[in-house]
Parts: sequence; structure tokens; C-alpha cells
Amino acid sequence: MILQAIMFYLFAVVTVASGVMVVAARNPVHSVLFLILAFFNSAGLFVLLGAEFLAMILVVVYVGAVAVLFLFVVMMLDIDFAELRSGFIRYLPIGALIGFVLLAELVLIFGSSAIAPGIAGLPAAPAPANAVAMTNTRALGALLYTRYIFAFQAAGVILLVAMIGAIVLTLRRRVGVRRQSIPDQLARTRAQAVAIVKVPLGAGADIPGD
Amino acid sequence: MPLLPAPDLSPALPEIALVCAAMALLLVGVFRGDGSARLVSWLSVAVLVAVLVLCGLVGIERRVGFYGMFVTDAYAVFMKALVLIGSAVSIILALRFNEEHRIARFEFPVLILLATTGMMVMVSANDLITLYLGLELQSLALYVVASFDRDSVRSTEAGLKYFVLGALASGMLLYGASLIYGFAGTTEFTELAKLFGQPTRPSTGLIIGIVFVAVGLAFKCSAVPFHMWTPDVYEGAPTPVTAFFSVAPKIAAVALFVRFLIEPFGGLVVEWRQVIVFLSVASMVLGSVAAIAQTNIKRLMAYSSIGHVGYALIGLAAASPSGVRGVLIYMAIYLLMNLGTWAVILCMRRQGQMLEGIADLSGLGRTQPGLALALGIFMFALAGIPPTAGFFGKLYIFLAAIDAGLVGLAVIGVVASVIGAFYYLRIVKVMYFDEPLASFDRPLAPELKGVLLVSALLTMLFILWPDPIVGGAELAAASLFAR
Repeated sequence: MILQAIMFYLFAVVTVASGVMVVAARNPVHSVLFLILAFFNSAGLFVLLGAEFLAMILVVVYVGAVAVLFLFVVMMLDIDFAELRSGFIRYLPIGALIGFVLLAELVLIFGSSAIAPGIAGLPAAPAPANAVAMTNTRALGALLYTRYIFAFQAAGVILLVAMIGAIVLTLRRRVGVRRQSIPDQLARTRAQAVAIVKVPLGAGADIPGD
Repeated sequence: MPLLPAPDLSPALPEIALVCAAMALLLVGVFRGDGSARLVSWLSVAVLVAVLVLCGLVGIERRVGFYGMFVTDAYAVFMKALVLIGSAVSIILALRFNEEHRIARFEFPVLILLATTGMMVMVSANDLITLYLGLELQSLALYVVASFDRDSVRSTEAGLKYFVLGALASGMLLYGASLIYGFAGTTEFTELAKLFGQPTRPSTGLIIGIVFVAVGLAFKCSAVPFHMWTPDVYEGAPTPVTAFFSVAPKIAAVALFVRFLIEPFGGLVVEWRQVIVFLSVASMVLGSVAAIAQTNIKRLMAYSSIGHVGYALIGLAAASPSGVRGVLIYMAIYLLMNLGTWAVILCMRRQGQMLEGIADLSGLGRTQPGLALALGIFMFALAGIPPTAGFFGKLYIFLAAIDAGLVGLAVIGVVASVIGAFYYLRIVKVMYFDEPLASFDRPLAPELKGVLLVSALLTMLFILWPDPIVGGAELAAASLFAR
């Protein structure tokens, strides 16, 4: 138990600290690296909660794909982050004020509200009897491919639309670009490619097709 | 572990068929190359008609499928029929325009099919998750078709603007959905209806959740104050795409709005009615007043559609079977009038150039009397002047509002439609009393002529034979209040 508490504080402190560093770092590449650190530590927090599937997904998707994408964008686009941050002090008071008002409103609303009665009788998906023995990857899979099969398939169609859309909007056939065409190269015969020219003495060669 | 029984696919058969057909047509297009746009378009129209028949075969009895995520009932069938007709006619309207603007690619009808699938899922949503997925499927395809003319700066801008604002609206909707889930413990409409179907005192968090979802939906059907994107996107997108935007997605969004508020949260009507009344009044007033200054007919139609959503929302504010029936009749008639008007706008071309100015219609009554007569009919219908269908749409809505005790709202509606009549009638005046310009390019495309003829006839003859729409709407509205 004590070990768990220690691990929790370790992960939590590093997450918060690297979150601050994401905003505060001068070099944008460092910001992205701190972001990756924050993701890793949040994954650790998920493991402590017993949600190992979420932890793995966080590492695979966020660290593996999203953060690397960020890194690419940061390195490829020449964004002057120092200039973006130049008005920080000037806008700080109004930003803090708005943030405070939002926070106060949220606290007022959610502090005074209660969850609807009768919820306990309505679990979205009843927990299986052997819930303790089951890994949560398996439990999620069992739900995803049965109870939520419709949503799963619909999400697949949405991804298909995204793919078609990306191709429609970006694929263009340009004229005047020389592409390598393997079939054309292979279909070339000796007659098309080689010409034998008899060069008379004392004169230049007449190159055919020139 | 025990397996759940395999889900019964039959309630969602039309959607499944539509997705499969869209993928098959995508393959047809890929293998036949870019020249296949016309073939794929006509095949898509055939698919949409077949799916319409399939919707009828699935039937109007209420059936819940996929463990409560999906529902089909008379209401869903009615709205799906409207959406399918709107999509099919939009594909037909786009045929010639796309060819002349060199954007005739086979992906266009395929994307419209996928967007239509999204709309059908929205109409049949019985769960917040289904609602969101349907909405995203629809929106994502719409963002792409908005910027389909990718070499035009305005089209690209329209797509980007729509995407950014649409993503914001989706975010709000998701936030609201998460609040509803957090405070109610379920996302399923049937379960929510058990909790909130009767008048209860809900927690504040739940109300905030409902309001956030309503904001997202109001954005999707462009009700004021969430309408900012509409004129710009309508103006920038290619004209047939705008025609599509103004009918099918709007009908689906209104359908979803009505189902979301009436089915699970029907008991909380006192809580959400004021929001809808505000949206309705603001949309009607802005739709009529802001349209007066417009000189571009696409922008004018954008404001007109904002106004029409306002009228439709009156029926939702009434929250009674007759109010919902009014919304359904209104959307059906709106579909007719709008498709016809867009067919006329697509005929507006001189020397191969598309025209969008209202002044370009000058003297159309003398140069092309048939076209002018058709546009005149649609303008009278949009203004709501009897004996056109548009009058009856407004009549049913206002009657329902008065029945529900919303007399003030009905009065504002009547005043707004009188103001709105000014700009519709101005177009009639420009056509018949201004000096004629050169006539538009002839011959008109046969498919445009067909759409014009059918929609003008239906708009005029609705008064003689209103039963199919009114009776169907009655049945559909009753199915929403059945429980």
C-alpha cells in the first residue's frame, strides 16, 4: 500500500512538473519532449488505477503517434514561439480573471448539484461475474465487439470518410512531372533505344532524332 | 464468459445497405477511373431510391436494435425518406455543374452517400453515442464536399471555415453528452426517458448538459446565434453542394433535435422550452431582416434557410404531437421549395459563367417565362403565400403553437414572415418588372428541367392532395409520443 502511495506521488509530481514545463520551456522541441514525459507518467497513473489497457493506449497512441507528429510539425514549421509568447505578461491579468470566473461558475454549479436518483439500478453494462479475474483489455474487447458493435462499425465508416476526404482534397495529377514508369521501361526494345550510325571520315555524326 | 446474443441487424438494414453500396461504388470509381463520375452518380441515385424502398419495407413499427443504440419507427422512416430524396436530387442537380467546372469526380456521389448514411444514423439515434457518431459521419463528409472545388479559394475557405466551427460545435455537443452521462448514469434514450419522461426536478448539471447538446445541434441546423458559418459556407461552396447543404443535413439535424428533446427529455419541457423559443425567435427575425440587404442569391438563400429553421423550431417549442407534426410537414415542404429554387439557381448561367447576383434575374419573365414562372412559384411558397405549399407549412406550425399556448411566438412568426415576404417578392419584381438582360444559356439541362417541373407542380398541387404528407407526418409524430 505504501509503495503504491509513493508511486502515485512520484508519477503525479512528475506529470504536473512536466506539464508546467510544456508551457514554460523556451525551446519548442523541449516542450514536446516534456509533453511525452507527461504522457508517460499519466500512463503510470492509469496502471496504478488498474486500467492497464488505457495506459498502453496512451503510450501507443499519444507517445507513438501524436507526440511524434507534434515533433515533426514543430521542426518543420518555422514558428517563432518567443514572439507568440511576447504578450504573455500583458494578457495575464485578463486571462486570469476569465479563468477565475469560469472556475467559480463551475464550482457553484457542480457543488450544488446531485446525481439523478435511481441511477444505481441502471448500469450501462452489467459487470461480469468473474470481473476480478478478467483483464480489462479482454473486458473492453468483449463489450466493444458485442454491446457496442454498432458504434464500433460506425466509427470505422467515419475513418473511411476521413481517408477518402484526404485523398480527394490532396491527390492531384500534375502535368509535366517526369515519373518513373517501370512498364514503359521494360517494354522498350533495342530498336527504340539504340541506333547505329555510320560516321563518315572527317565529318561529325548525324544523330537521329536530334 | 457468456456471449451476448448476436444483434438483430434488420432495423438498420437500410443504413447497412447504403454503406455497402457506397463502398462498392467507390471500387467501381477507382477501377474505371475519373471518367466514371456520371455512371457512379446515376448508380448512386439508384442506390438511394433502392434504400428508400428498403426503408419502407423495414416498416413503421417501433423496433430497437443493437442493444438499444438504434431505433426505427414511423418518425425515423418519414425523416429518412426526406433525407434520401434530398440527397438523390442533389446528386442529379450536381451532374452538369460538376462537369462544366471540371470537378466531376466519382468521389462526389460516394461522399454524398456516406453523408446520407450519417444523417440516417442521426435520425435513428437512440443513444448519445449513436447521435454523435451519426453527426460526425455526416459532418466529416460535408466538410470534404464543401471544399470539393479545391482549386477555388472560396470553396477551400468554405470547407475550412465549416470544419473549424463544426469541430467546435462537436466539442460542445460532446461536453454536454458527457455531462448528461455523468448526471444520469446512462446514454441510452430509452433509459433516459424512464428517468426524465415524467416531469421531475433534475439536477443543474443535467440541464447544463442538455443545453450544451442543444447548442451543438443548433449549430448543425444553423439556428441563430449559431448561424455565423452559414452565409459564408453557402456562398463559397460549389452551388450544387450548397443546394445539398440547405436540404438534407438541415432536415436530419432538425429531426435529431426534435427526437433528442422530445424522447428522452420530454418531461423536462419547462426547462428547455425557453431555449428553443429564443433560438426560434432569433432565427426568424434575423433570417428575415438580414436577408433584405443581400445581393447574392446564394447568401440570400442562406438567410432564408436560417429563417425557415426558426419556423420549424416553433413546432418543437410547442412540444406536442401537433407541433411535431407541424415540424415534419414544414420540413417536407421546405425540401420541395428549396430543391426547386436551387434548380433555378443552377440554371443561371450566361456564356458558360455561373451567375449569383439577384440583379442577373432582371427581366427573366420576358426572356424565359417558364423559368421565371417556376422561380415565382417557389418565391411565393418560401414567403408562405397561399395557395402554395409554403402557406400550409406555416399554417400547421402556427396552429400548433397557439394550441400549446405560445401565442406570442406565433405572432412573432407571422410578423417575421411578413418582413421576409419583402425579399422573396423583390425577386419576383426583379424578374417581371425590370429591364430584361440577355437570356440565360440554353438549352437547360434535362435533369434540371425535370426537377423544376416536379417540384413546382408539387408545390402548387399540395393544396389538392395534402394527405400523403399530412397523414404520414401525423403517424410519424404520434410514434414519437407513443410511450
